[in-house]
Amino acid sequence: MSRGRGAVDPKRVSSELFSLTYGCMVAQLLKDFENPEEVNKQLETMGYNIGVRLIDDFLAHTPSVTRCTTLEEVADILCKQGFKMFLGIVPEIKNWTAAKDEFSLVITENPLAEYVELPPNCQDTLWYSNIICGVIRGALEMVQMDVKCSFVGDTLRGNDSTEIRIKFVKILEDSLPAGED
Amino acid sequence: MIYSVYIINKAGGRIYDEDFASNKPEEEITFPSYPIPLVLTADTGKVLVKFGASGNVKPGMSVIAVNRQPVTGLYTGNDQPILEIINDPASYPLSLTFGRTKASANEKLMLASIFHSLFAIAAKISPVEQSSGIKELRTEKFTLNCFQTITGVKFFMIVDHKQTGCDHLLHRIYELYTDYVLKNPFYPIDMPIRCELFDQNLRKVIEQVERTTAYNSERLS
Repeated sequence: MSRGRGAVDPKRVSSELFSLTYGCMVAQLLKDFENPEEVNKQLETMGYNIGVRLIDDFLAHTPSVTRCTTLEEVADILCKQGFKMFLGIVPEIKNWTAAKDEFSLVITENPLAEYVELPPNCQDTLWYSNIICGVIRGALEMVQMDVKCSFVGDTLRGNDSTEIRIKFVKILEDSLPAGED
Repeated sequence: MIYSVYIINKAGGRIYDEDFASNKPEEEITFPSYPIPLVLTADTGKVLVKFGASGNVKPGMSVIAVNRQPVTGLYTGNDQPILEIINDPASYPLSLTFGRTKASANEKLMLASIFHSLFAIAAKISPVEQSSGIKELRTEKFTLNCFQTITGVKFFMIVDHKQTGCDHLLHRIYELYTDYVLKNPFYPIDMPIRCELFDQNLRKVIEQVERTTAYNSERLS
């Protein structure tokens, strides 16, 4: 929050401006497409386009990160470093399946949705922060991992928690030659 | 001294290259009459000095201008074959300018793809699993340092033996790439980089490194 801080780093935009911008964008998409399902898809696509570019930024600024060999490593780095770097939050990792190929990411404080209330016509269909799912999918695709990523609950919709379910599908074989088996 | 920087996308296509060495020795010689003490041949699209020497001109240099007019490949600006002019006694006295021609864009593309393949082969022939590809390639006159990101983009640069801190510099270039190229929404991924900001900032970083290296080597001498 930028309120109450004396010297603000001129390169950082206030998180409120960011939330406002995102909110405006979702509202405009709803007006343009009128169908919340379609808006979900659009948000996911936008997120995907962000993710494919964001991953290199993340990797460039965290040189200690190496290629992950298990989904648990992915989850760990995603939450403790990825989310921390870009959204300033550290989601919880929960609900692993027995085969360790699927897990849930639970967000307690969502910076995108701080002051948001969903209108009744999309209360049951819109996933407000669906852009995050796209970002995760895009970013992991660039490191040759195909995942399915979707919201299963959102406090904006009256659910108990804001939860994203991430499922590992496969390694993409058009992959790097260096050390890739 | 940093000679050049190349960036290759994950498919092996060259998306960026830039030469930084500013001292490209050029030598102009006016020959009074035929024949001249150099053996010149047409080689890969340029007129190359194969044998012989004259002044500072040695084998390996190529003709870049005839009578001060720049040439294109084997032909002068007026579409005359250079070798014909040189072998015609009536052209003399003749002034020829020699230098090192830069590799053409096509050549660079090819070299980048070949390097991409070599990089892959290096990783595959490793006797131990999980080896990286080529990180450093040393020749008598220069070293090539390469860094591949987890996303498959390769950054490599050609430097002389005196250059230190190449890994750090390659990381720096990676950061510049993520900032000025990837964050440009109008840049299509994996396509040749045409971002003015990236060029400018890369130049700045390279100049800074050159200055520090020069300063350090002065201090030591």
